[in-house]
Amino acid sequence: MTDSELDHLATEMDVILNAVARVQEVATPDIKPTSHPVPISNVTRPDVVVSSLTPEQALSGAPAKEDGRFRVPQILGEE
Amino acid sequence: MSLSYEDVIAKYEPVLGLEVHVELNTKSKMFCGCATVFGAEPNTQTCPVCLGMPGALPVVNEKAIESAIKIGLALHCTVAPYSRFSRKNYFYPDMPKNFQISQYDEPICVNGYVDVEIDTDEGPKQFRVEIERAHMEEDTGKSLHMGGATGRIHGADYSLLDFNRAGIPLVEIVTKIVPGTGKYAPEVAKAYVAELQTILRSLDVSDVRMEQGSLRCDANVSLRLIGEEKLGTRSETKNVNSLRSVERAVRGEMIRHAELLNAGKRVVQETRHFQEESGLTRSGRSKEQAEDYRYFPEPDLVPVEPDAAWIEKLRATLPEEPTKRRKRLQAEWSVPDKEMAAMINADALDIVEATVKLGADPARARGWWLGEISRIANEKEVVLSDLSIAPTDVAEIVALIEKGELTDKLARQVVEGVINGEGKPAQVIQSRGLKVVSDESALMAAIERAIAAQPDTAEKVRNGNIPAAGALIGAVMKDTKGQADAARVRELLLGHLGQK
Amino acid sequence: MITRSAHEMSEAMASGEITSEALTQQHFDRIAEVDADVHAFLYLDHEGAMAQARAVDKARANGEKVGPLAGVPLALKDVMVQKGIPTTAGSKILEGWRPPYDATVVTKLKDAGIVILGKTNMDEFAMGSSTENSAYGPTHNPWDLSRIPGGSGGGSSASLAAFEAPLAIGTDTGGSIRQPAAVTGTVGVKPTYGGVSRYGLIAFSSSLDQAGPCARTVLDAALLHEVMAGHDPKDATSINAPVPQVVHAARNGNVKGVKIGYVKELNGEGYQAGVRSCFEESLELLASAGAEIVEVSCPNFEYALASYYLIAPSECSSNLARFDAMRYGLRVGDEDGVSAELVMNLTREVGFGREVKRRVILGTYALSSGYYDAYYGSAQKVRTLIIEDFTKAFSKADVLVSPTTPTTAFKIGDKVDDPLAMYLNDIATIPVNMAGIGGMSLPCGLAPEDGLPVGFQIMAPAMQDQRLYSVGAALEAELLTKWGAPLLSQIPALGGAK
Repeated sequence: MTDSELDHLATEMDVILNAVARVQEVATPDIKPTSHPVPISNVTRPDVVVSSLTPEQALSGAPAKEDGRFRVPQILGEE
Repeated sequence: MSLSYEDVIAKYEPVLGLEVHVELNTKSKMFCGCATVFGAEPNTQTCPVCLGMPGALPVVNEKAIESAIKIGLALHCTVAPYSRFSRKNYFYPDMPKNFQISQYDEPICVNGYVDVEIDTDEGPKQFRVEIERAHMEEDTGKSLHMGGATGRIHGADYSLLDFNRAGIPLVEIVTKIVPGTGKYAPEVAKAYVAELQTILRSLDVSDVRMEQGSLRCDANVSLRLIGEEKLGTRSETKNVNSLRSVERAVRGEMIRHAELLNAGKRVVQETRHFQEESGLTRSGRSKEQAEDYRYFPEPDLVPVEPDAAWIEKLRATLPEEPTKRRKRLQAEWSVPDKEMAAMINADALDIVEATVKLGADPARARGWWLGEISRIANEKEVVLSDLSIAPTDVAEIVALIEKGELTDKLARQVVEGVINGEGKPAQVIQSRGLKVVSDESALMAAIERAIAAQPDTAEKVRNGNIPAAGALIGAVMKDTKGQADAARVRELLLGHLGQK
Repeated sequence: MITRSAHEMSEAMASGEITSEALTQQHFDRIAEVDADVHAFLYLDHEGAMAQARAVDKARANGEKVGPLAGVPLALKDVMVQKGIPTTAGSKILEGWRPPYDATVVTKLKDAGIVILGKTNMDEFAMGSSTENSAYGPTHNPWDLSRIPGGSGGGSSASLAAFEAPLAIGTDTGGSIRQPAAVTGTVGVKPTYGGVSRYGLIAFSSSLDQAGPCARTVLDAALLHEVMAGHDPKDATSINAPVPQVVHAARNGNVKGVKIGYVKELNGEGYQAGVRSCFEESLELLASAGAEIVEVSCPNFEYALASYYLIAPSECSSNLARFDAMRYGLRVGDEDGVSAELVMNLTREVGFGREVKRRVILGTYALSSGYYDAYYGSAQKVRTLIIEDFTKAFSKADVLVSPTTPTTAFKIGDKVDDPLAMYLNDIATIPVNMAGIGGMSLPCGLAPEDGLPVGFQIMAPAMQDQRLYSVGAALEAELLTKWGAPLLSQIPALGGAK
């Protein structure tokens, strides 16, 4: 990000912190959080194999490929 | 100079923590319908969901939930009436979404235990390993590191990714910390993983083969001075691919920690990799700064709320608890402790039980499986179940022995034949002509031939020299190609020569 | 033909007045004429569209039964995955990416015989209220090309107002269907969350995103709604219930005895004068048509914007993590010795625009350890409060109403450097997403001071989307009587003659 972008970001952060302060005003411990607006539960699918993509389709957008696999630059860190 | 294990345990006591990942044997993946077949051509079992393509969404595999619940029940856990999935956010090329769908603060099973038994100087001892939680998550893809010398990530130029494994269901079982094992920590760790393996196999939820990766163990070890309350710094060891490695890894880490502590150095909190060849661990990623996974509830999935009736239904399908089963069989078969332990160690209990269920005498069944057949398995460097001989075959052979149609010696040849793929016992007996010669007239004919060939020896026997009969019996056995019942031959021979 | 409604076009095809092929060609001609100025489209699929059009014509000629929108052209917001067709979500990071699969909504459109003309422009990854955040340049409001068409779905709404398509698909996370509809004088609906499948919708904020119909009339939107909506086993958050009878409601618009609640906290204080006056006039029309106007109060709405601020970036920071240059999309910096991590960072630096980067950084921060409870966790509690407010309000009224946006279309460039001012565009629309209920915007007039369209927002309880259409159709009919012609007949001519 450029310097001006970072400046913008600083203003953003201020807004976020203000937002947090506002939200904290009302978000008291007794209130249950909502992660889903519609109360659904127990949605599953049966353990059945469904046809997948062909490897060509799977690799069709790959920036680099080799031997039917996605080729990626060296990964840091351990395996 | 490296410390001895005795030095270590004289001063320190170990604290263990074990994390085991179980790859479930569902037909399709955790969150999509891709197949889970092992060893398929790369990227032939993938779809937008498990490739993390834009727009793709996960949907939970119901069998995975069922398996997770069964695992929890078998480990005496409480099944949570309400649990959710969470996103574990971090970057790694083998993780298509750069977050793993797992469970964080609301796992499906909590607070269980596994009882294990190990051999100590004072005899068998029980340990209860408490389980903190068991939760569901998805596996990652597989990377091949290319260009480096060893195929390891260090020094590799680039990597190739196969996402067939990405999205396969995993259940992670985490123990509470396990103190109080003292010098037996390595054995307890190994026994715990072995017992888990047995339990999981009996549930038929996974292949639980460590060498194939369907059961993975991470061992956490820390040391503290004996009597000290405060816990020491722990290290986590990965790449532990066999039961023996579990034991070796724990022992190795205990020694390594002690050496550091004795030298006044600090144990670094890190992930280490177990090296099969040396039995030592190599440093991996430092976990000093615990990675911030920014967990939050997975918004693309809805809560899992298994109803109590369903849980009870699953509980009813659980097989008999392995520990109870072992005690029952031991009592039923009157097996001494050491032999029982040997049978369990050889992983032969199921196969022996199956044979007994087909009518074989328990002692004989054990004798064959743990004796001759195990010998052959060891020679071929495979496990019992890999051999082409089944409980039905052994049961048949035992029955024939009891009927007198086979001697032990002949039976060994039958076993060999069956294992070599020559067919079922009856076929082997037929094709190799192994039936016991029980026809008395045939035996008498052979006996008379032997007497005729060795008249002096026969005379000795007639005169009371019983041991001399040995040579004649030997001759008869040779004559019948070993297919006579030696005891019967002796009886007939002696009788014929006027002796008992 | 291109100024007719989708429904009228459908009838024309049914009666043999025109073929789908000819109709589709007319639209492509119109696009060629005006899109250089409007820039609603990012990609045009001449081949695919014509093939679909011909297939529908053939089916009709063979006497086969075809759906109510078969053969009608449609513009698809480029956030929807379409197999083999470049799908960018308005971002450079997906430039040229051709998905190997169709979104469920797209499959439904194809099965219904709808002709997808191409992909429309949008704010990058649906983040924005003006379409100025598109990596491919802004779309221009057909009412005044120097102004924004709204966002994030500005391309879809502009294509409708410019008569480049009679139908469009949009997506709405904080108002991205309704706000563009308001400033372009068109109709846009955000169905109840879970009413339309999100499978194949490139995710911005998973618990808020929802695809919906955009059109020039309420009935057209209803027809499209019924095609798009429905349970999808591939989307675990989709509602397993029959699609509400929105077409029936749209054909039977009626507000007699209907209690219409106007939300005190969204009553337009501080809004542009013309916006308020249009809104109030519409309220009077509804009252004269038999509705009972009541005032309701939703005191927690004042926290909705702040809460949205924390939830949307948090979810998006996680959703956008997959754009890492490894499996698809842009890859930059892949040279000898450069690590995967670095390539990912370089790619995202180049591939993501300013607004996206902003939100990803903020979202990452809001989810970080030690802050979760105060930020994301608290914001989710505000959702509970907003849902409670709506529940209380809906016990007093059948639908709630407000002006859709505080102002009419502002000039391109006006607010792009002032994100906070930009976010205020969504102040009236955001509570609907937070609660997961349905919302509609339809045109209710031109603001006297600038002659630009004003939107009227209707909100209905969850799973009662048909109320939107019933009230919306009634208001639309009243306004049509008042104006004598649809509002869009007043739009200045673009390009050649209409």
